[in-house]
Amino acid sequence: MKRLRPALLVAIAPYLWLAAFVLVPFAIVLKISLSQTALAQPPYLPLLDLAAGWQGVRDFLHGLSLDSYALLASDRLYLDSYLKSLIVAATGTAILLLIGFPLAYAIARAPRTTQRILVMLIVLPFWTSFLIRIYAWINILQRDGLLNDALLRLHIVDKPVAWLATDTAIMIGIVYSYLPFMVLPLYASLEKIDNALLEAAADLGAPAWRAFWQVTIPLAWPGIVAGSLLCFIPIVGEFVLPDLLGGSRSLMIGQTLWLEFFSNKDWPVASAVAVTLLVLLLGPILVYQHQQMRALERGR
Amino acid sequence: MAIDSRPATHARPVVRFAGVSKKFGGVAAVEQVSLDIFPGEFFALLGPSGCGKTTLLRLLAGFERPDEGRILLDGSDITDVPPHRRPVNMMFQNYALFPHFTVAGNIGFGLRQEGLPKAEIAARVAAMLSLVQLDGLGGRRPDQLSGGQRQRVALARSLVKRPRVLLLDEPLAALDKKLRQQTQSELMELQQRLGLTFVIVTHDQEEAMRVASRIAVMDRGRLIQVATPANIYEKPNSRWVADFVGDINLIEGRVMSCKADRCRVEAAGGVGVDAAAEGAKRGDTVWIALRPEKIAIVPEATAADGSLRGVVQEIGYRGDSSVYRVRLDNGLTLRATAANTTRRHERAIGLHDRVALSFAADAAVVLTR
Repeated sequence: MKRLRPALLVAIAPYLWLAAFVLVPFAIVLKISLSQTALAQPPYLPLLDLAAGWQGVRDFLHGLSLDSYALLASDRLYLDSYLKSLIVAATGTAILLLIGFPLAYAIARAPRTTQRILVMLIVLPFWTSFLIRIYAWINILQRDGLLNDALLRLHIVDKPVAWLATDTAIMIGIVYSYLPFMVLPLYASLEKIDNALLEAAADLGAPAWRAFWQVTIPLAWPGIVAGSLLCFIPIVGEFVLPDLLGGSRSLMIGQTLWLEFFSNKDWPVASAVAVTLLVLLLGPILVYQHQQMRALERGR
Repeated sequence: MAIDSRPATHARPVVRFAGVSKKFGGVAAVEQVSLDIFPGEFFALLGPSGCGKTTLLRLLAGFERPDEGRILLDGSDITDVPPHRRPVNMMFQNYALFPHFTVAGNIGFGLRQEGLPKAEIAARVAAMLSLVQLDGLGGRRPDQLSGGQRQRVALARSLVKRPRVLLLDEPLAALDKKLRQQTQSELMELQQRLGLTFVIVTHDQEEAMRVASRIAVMDRGRLIQVATPANIYEKPNSRWVADFVGDINLIEGRVMSCKADRCRVEAAGGVGVDAAAEGAKRGDTVWIALRPEKIAIVPEATAADGSLRGVVQEIGYRGDSSVYRVRLDNGLTLRATAANTTRRHERAIGLHDRVALSFAADAAVVLTR
């Protein structure tokens, strides 16, 4: 038998990694989503009993069902949760784009040496723990926190505003946490635009605002798509931010999933929620991949 | 000699720079430039890199604002007019084609800004495509074109709005030599046919001489000489211009006597000329400027009386001609060029041969600065 060559090992290693840590776990989640909840260890049925041979496999397949998915469709709780997540993600992405674009544009137009410092400042928050930064926000947003303190002192409000446990707080957290993911791809594509192109547009009779729409925006488009999807996709499944900053009145899908899994101990429904979420995000993910491939091809 | 030796003309200038200065970070890029460019001229701004020629062009396009002075177009002050409202168009050095538009989209960009009807835009774009011989390539994207084709698209895009002045910023720098020469001829032909005013920026003196009807030689932000190519070459007004344009022998000498504006100048070793030397007076140090191709070189055996004798120290073979560096017996070193009119391998003049040099009485120019 030929021995496995090191080069071949290097080539298949990423696939082995993907198979072991993505494909197999996903298959398990998919299987659980087709099972029934049970008071057992593990808390679902059927289990594959290979000792029973062929009969065991047939019993196992017979025990699978789409009941959990039917529940998702019938109970408004889940639909509302999905909708809320999509709305929060879409709104958040729009706000991020509105804030991120001018920011990235300003950085890309700054002198070379300043650019590096500004990009550093955007990335700098990553050097402290995400959770610590969110707890800091709780401190700012709470009833006697920094924000209310400042507003009261400036006489903008006359009694403390309830910021924490609201959708506003979730949105603040989202915009704060995801801003680098929006700014960096935007900066990367804006920075590549040759200033001579804008001069050419002006030379040919385009005022600044028209040059912006006809030259800057189209050339920055890959960055706009990449940044938006890089924010939208993870925000849909966000759990920590709404859990720590948001209220309990309406839940994002990540929180619903958590509840099903840890509180209700309903593994099949939790798995069905996860699988549905993945299917929902498949579209945006494919668009993102496509965009990245095209960017790679153009770069060559 | 004056900076601008333009012959008297009654034509109204299309472009006038009036005392224009521009500084970048405290460093003067353009200093006190006053210059008139007339309708129908093919005007070249020539100089080494960093001499301010591109800044002058960008001031005219409106991408830079002068710190001092005014810029006039057709007699009206455009100093404060933004670039998108100036009736001049620029062909950029690296073409600056829009990568997200097709060839036709690029050429039509300027017309779309004017809000012209679609049919008219299409017709004018098609006319431009055929003018620059790119028929049928309107649907391509810039990255699907060769360098020469991109250059033509850039040219068509800058011409389509029928500008009062076409500005060309080193337009041929990216092309190889053969294509560059061909394109130079095409540019000249196009300029004649359209009757437009062209202003070209170049660091390539051969290119400036070839295409331009008038050249402004610049150095360190200032105009040094503005004249026709022939006058720049044959009557340079300074050692700097003489040295920058073409090859030249500069011999330091002294003014012995002057009659009217003609002076007798003598240099070491018995070299002497009678030539025009404006503003020079007896006793001044001046320079005799002599182009190598105006010096005849023959073997010493066939020399005429009164010629300068010496030894060939170096032969620079250029194919069509050879440059001989000759160390004269009187201590001077001169370069002389001779056309290679025969194919013989053994040339009449070889390395270390003794030779004689001679030149016509009017071959030399005397420079006072």
